[in-house]
Amino acid sequence: MKLKGKVWKFKDNINTDEIIPARYLNTFDEQELAKHCMEDADKDFPKKVKTGDIIVAGKNFGCGSSREHAPICLKGAGVSCVIAETFARIFYRNAINIGLPILESVEASKSIEEGDTIEVDLEKGKIKNVTTNKTYSATAFPPFMQELINAGGLMEYVKKKI
Amino acid sequence: MTLGKTIIEKIFSRHTGKAVSANDIVVSKIDFCLGQDGTSGIVIDSFTRMGAEKVFNADKMAVIIDHSSPSPNEGVSRIHKKIREFSLGQKIHFYDVGQGVCHQIVPERGYVVPGDLVVGADSHTCTYGALNVAATGMGSTDVAACAATGQNWFKVPESIKFICLGKLPKGVYSKDLILYLIGQVGADGATYMSCEYTGPVIGALSMEGRFTIANMAIEMGAKFGIMNCDKKTIAWVKQHSKRKFKPVTADPDAVYNKVLEYNISKITPQIAKPHQVDNVCPLAEVAGTPIAQGYIGTCTNGRLEDFAEACKILKGRKIKKGVRLIVAPASNWILKDAMKKGYIAALLDAGATLVTPGCGPCVGTHNGVPSDGENVISTANRNFKGRMGNINAFIYLGSPATVAASVIEGKIADPRKYLK
Repeated sequence: MKLKGKVWKFKDNINTDEIIPARYLNTFDEQELAKHCMEDADKDFPKKVKTGDIIVAGKNFGCGSSREHAPICLKGAGVSCVIAETFARIFYRNAINIGLPILESVEASKSIEEGDTIEVDLEKGKIKNVTTNKTYSATAFPPFMQELINAGGLMEYVKKKI
Repeated sequence: MTLGKTIIEKIFSRHTGKAVSANDIVVSKIDFCLGQDGTSGIVIDSFTRMGAEKVFNADKMAVIIDHSSPSPNEGVSRIHKKIREFSLGQKIHFYDVGQGVCHQIVPERGYVVPGDLVVGADSHTCTYGALNVAATGMGSTDVAACAATGQNWFKVPESIKFICLGKLPKGVYSKDLILYLIGQVGADGATYMSCEYTGPVIGALSMEGRFTIANMAIEMGAKFGIMNCDKKTIAWVKQHSKRKFKPVTADPDAVYNKVLEYNISKITPQIAKPHQVDNVCPLAEVAGTPIAQGYIGTCTNGRLEDFAEACKILKGRKIKKGVRLIVAPASNWILKDAMKKGYIAALLDAGATLVTPGCGPCVGTHNGVPSDGENVISTANRNFKGRMGNINAFIYLGSPATVAASVIEGKIADPRKYLK
């Protein structure tokens, strides 16, 4: 799958309280949660973000709580992909489980700027900055994870076990 | 040649019936799983969407309503109702409002024992590592998979060994030690790792002090924070659980990603400054910073020993006028014990406000949301921007003794001067 979108840039250590504060965890509705997406990191983000936009962040994106609402609200807000230098462990699993595409790339994270337009080829793990014409490779998923993604996520994987 | 194994490699080897090593990906059975009110609604939805009907073993799952307890609004009430109906219907262990924080309830009620593998839909599930349990936080869908099948996939983590040498000085506690260690390695310094906490300083701590340390492994990004099982562990587990168990010890030639040795004898009270847990400094650097609210509680520091330490300072003294102190025992059992010991009366006499056993104001859903520009001194494990419900407030983390000293003075204060 290929994605193309405008970049919103975030710093290192964006935590799940910034992605979706606990005070809004009184619903699991993707659209309701999306109204407060990234609010504590950038209060205008829910108004500014457009379907297909891409988040590029620094290291340890999604640290903190185990709340699955974090990738759910990003997906609900229309964020098509998150690229970071590294992801926190629980967020990484949650994103894959709910089907929010994520890619790790130190180079892309460091050199892509806010407002750039980028293209992402998820299968190949290729990121192209259309604005600057530079390309980057993302870290490949471990084979087991790729298998899980190919199977349609954890939900489908478990369905077969039951 | 077979290399020695870490605690975590041994627990996974035991659970999978084969010798596994760090970075292996395994499908393993689990011994227990849990959820809380912030995450269990999605656990239930995912469980249903997977086509599951019955929890794999009703005796091996608990749901605890602790994050917003009792409910502060109708949205949360709807989630509580859904969780309550599911839990009662599935006949799993269910703890309704007011019984305590999941990470106190699960070990205290004897559900987990040394050598177990436990998954919880809460990031601080690593707390049970103090009991030689491999316990980790995951998202709701992963916990639903555990509830449905009794197993999940895991990457066996590499381990970092922390050797804590020396002796904690007077007025310096396990909370100061773990803040110090987090400051040293950073918020992502142990990502995907298992932290093995060892050394005489850990051995000398009470089980309560050890829970505080295991609890905060996630603040370094770790998957597990685990300790050896010693006489204290065995006595504590036997007092709380009827289950049989077999402790796990690392081999002397186990392979670690890193071995970090610290002499703890000279550390002083530590503070994590806003808005990151690894933004740690000696208390002296921020002494005198005005504070509007103190909080003693949470799965990090809401245990009997924490109230005992706070009372040593607060008994017979008053909280400064204009400052609030909120107190939330980590469970109703702790509340009862603290009442028997006179700690609650002493805290109330000092001017504290007692709230329901549970997470209290830690996650910002209720029970003490700070105002704009206010500084809070808290015994919790996170000081993220907005964590307590207001992005314009500032949270400092410290030990229960530090919070006690600070609310007396209305500014961040060193507890040691009250302990002479």
